[in-house]
Amino acid sequence: MFRSLLFIPGNNPSMLQNADIFMSDGIIFDLEDAVNINEKDNARNLVETYFFTTKDLPKNIILRINPVNSLFIEDDLKLLLSRKIDYILLPKANMLSMYVIDKMLSSLEEKNNLKVTKLICLIEEAKGIAEVDEIAKHPRVEALLLGAEDLTNELEIERTTVGNELLYARSKVVYAAAANQILAIDTPFTDITDQEGLEYDCSNAKSLGMKAKTAIHPSQLETINQIFSPTKKMIHWAQGVIQTYEKVGKGVFQYQGKMVDKPVIEKAKKLIEKAKIFDLL
Amino acid sequence: MLNALGRDIPSHLKPFVNSDDYKNHKRRLISKKIKQSKTVFLSSYKEAFDMFNIKDNQTLSFHHHLRNGDLVIREVCKLIKEKNIKGLHFAPSSIFPSYTEMIDLIMNENITNIHTNYLNGGVAKVISQGHLVGQLIMNTHGGRARVIESGDLGIDVAFIACPSVDKFGNGSGAIGKNACGSLGYAIPDLEYAKKVVLVTDHLVEELKEYQLSSEYVDAVLVVDSIGDAKGIVSGTTEITKDPIGLKIAKDCSILLDKLGLIKEGFSMQTGAGKTSLAVVSYVEKIMKERNIVGRFASGGITKAYVDMLEGGLFKKLYDVQCFDLDAVKSFNKNTNHLPMSSSEYGNPFEKDIIANDLDFVVLGATEIDLDFNVNVTTDILGNLIGGSGGHSDIAHGADVTIVISPLIKSRIPIIKENVTAITTPGQDVDIFITERGIAINPMRKDLIHKLKDSNINIFTMEELLNKTHSITGIPAKIKKDDRIIGHIEYRDGTVIDVLRKVHDDYIR
Amino acid sequence: MIYQAGSKESNDCLITIKKSNETKIHIDSIVGHLFYDQILQAVKETLDDQLVDHVEVTVEDKGALDYTIRARLIVAIRRMKNDV
Repeated sequence: MFRSLLFIPGNNPSMLQNADIFMSDGIIFDLEDAVNINEKDNARNLVETYFFTTKDLPKNIILRINPVNSLFIEDDLKLLLSRKIDYILLPKANMLSMYVIDKMLSSLEEKNNLKVTKLICLIEEAKGIAEVDEIAKHPRVEALLLGAEDLTNELEIERTTVGNELLYARSKVVYAAAANQILAIDTPFTDITDQEGLEYDCSNAKSLGMKAKTAIHPSQLETINQIFSPTKKMIHWAQGVIQTYEKVGKGVFQYQGKMVDKPVIEKAKKLIEKAKIFDLL
Repeated sequence: MLNALGRDIPSHLKPFVNSDDYKNHKRRLISKKIKQSKTVFLSSYKEAFDMFNIKDNQTLSFHHHLRNGDLVIREVCKLIKEKNIKGLHFAPSSIFPSYTEMIDLIMNENITNIHTNYLNGGVAKVISQGHLVGQLIMNTHGGRARVIESGDLGIDVAFIACPSVDKFGNGSGAIGKNACGSLGYAIPDLEYAKKVVLVTDHLVEELKEYQLSSEYVDAVLVVDSIGDAKGIVSGTTEITKDPIGLKIAKDCSILLDKLGLIKEGFSMQTGAGKTSLAVVSYVEKIMKERNIVGRFASGGITKAYVDMLEGGLFKKLYDVQCFDLDAVKSFNKNTNHLPMSSSEYGNPFEKDIIANDLDFVVLGATEIDLDFNVNVTTDILGNLIGGSGGHSDIAHGADVTIVISPLIKSRIPIIKENVTAITTPGQDVDIFITERGIAINPMRKDLIHKLKDSNINIFTMEELLNKTHSITGIPAKIKKDDRIIGHIEYRDGTVIDVLRKVHDDYIR
Repeated sequence: MIYQAGSKESNDCLITIKKSNETKIHIDSIVGHLFYDQILQAVKETLDDQLVDHVEVTVEDKGALDYTIRARLIVAIRRMKNDV
């Protein structure tokens, strides 16, 4: 479970050696868009030696590989042999790229006796949006990440602060994820100097059902974590519900004047679980 | 002979005992100077040299309020070179990179001894490499006031750059084309130097308010320009963008909050670096959220503090020097933006100094060791890169002294078993904050107790050192040169460490 | 022909490698006084691991950690090998 994921360019030694200190719930080591085409080998080797030699690695490691139809895909996937990677972030996810990556991963896993690699799918094409319900069903997929930059480019539309242009895409991703009990992660907010814009964007995404957001600079993490964490008030409410439930010992009761039944108890349990994971209790 | 921190001190010097030892000694004061005749107005440095009969082996002092824009010390240097006066003892409160004329004078033995509180640039380099024939003595800002008022450092002539002077000989930094705000570091020189000359480029009829009183002023030298305004404003007004710096600043603000230090009526001081500014901005946010008003902030003052004063977040600012033009402007117009002299700031023997009234301070370090001793004077090779300034003064005075630094800068570990040179003793340093956790001085059981249930990552200094070495590898030992080029004088006049020439292997 | 990898950004290093009659290693590091031996060892071990000799290697180091030096050297070697 995440609230925040931070992108770190794979070829940047200064960021890499400090990847473990930031308050994000996971780090995305980027071999794709943040790396110049001539430096792909440099980035890949740097990330690889970093994985092998560093004692304190971040808690969740995600590797953004290059697209399945690129020259780099096979070498990128070999980093799985380090056994340090928790998720592969698949760019330009659609049913075709899913099919290809699944084949490649299965063969790699079998040959090297690796456990099943989990995927986060980057939904950043109209095709990906159209096929997102199918993508979300795939057993490897644990989360969907909306990529708004590529998507709005493809649609030839401007990104705005209000974000109406993303309403459909966000909702599609949210529902596909929810229907398959996986995580919906929101696109990054690209203006790192605009604090108010970031706050609005996070709240808006959250209100539509996004459960987490990516960051492109560590300074965005505090806001993201704050907005995507359960509030103190909510945690307090959930604790009250659970305590009352344990005391009365039956499935339907009143709490703070409101009816509590099974779905409400489940919601409270989920919330407490989340608060535990994020160290908020 | 070893001092209390285990540093070998030449036997003719007084060894450091501990930072409270000044309480066992009486204040020594020479009498303040009495001006013999009316203030004389001069129009050239030559006239001033003739009037005061400046000659070999004398001591000349300066202040550094004009920083990199100072022309007064440079003009004096040029004339010394022209007249080839030898064996001078220089006592500028700090030395900046633009004071290049001093380099020649050191190489030619025109200047043979130096007292200062801070130095960097070319002068620092030639002294580090052993070219000063005599000794370099590094003071704190408060310690410099003490060494002058006690007569331990006798000043023959003080050249005081002064942005405005009136026809009576009173001086102020608040106005003039090279206005620099407070002139706090010049006060001891003004009161105790045998001869005092104010150097100005802005003569006015009458100053209603002034920091420098004509009762001590022997002469006023009126020149075309005392400075270059661009060099005067050397403080940064930008908050760091470095993610490591921001992380440290954020953790610092969380810690201050957990310790309950951001409370109604509190007082604080920070440095003027980019990371310190980030700390200030996080503190400001907390104050605004909770409607907290602080009693005062002090030190070198920047725009960040001026904004907080004007926004009602602090009742007063105590200003020894202004770091930027916003601070200068505020100093000139805001009656709650008050000047302080270096003595009122940090002289251990002065009563009720501002340093002792501070709740907490946030300071930097180039090195810190397992005993929490801090070095801000040299780099790891022994090259001079700074000096205490007010570091030791406020570290001692504040209730809680916090030092912030990344654990590693370009692979160089900041924690060492023993620092290259001790500027501030570990007994006055309470908490060290890094990007990978904090260390609390074991002597501060109260702070350890307050934080024991928090989720802040607390380590011992040894643990942080091991963590660092697991990342960087264990660094090689640095070779030390035998030759002593000077020493660091603690604020009470004892010697806390010696300074050695950089080993020839490291001189390119 | 020379082959390069890395950069002169802080915490990085620029490795230059070329064929030579005998193996030579030059190290120019901002932290040479503290880490010269470790940088030299990282270079030697990497050359051995990659079964490379008869090369001249120049390390222009801006405070890179060992694994960065190794990664950059491996890439420089691969670029050299791929060019043959």
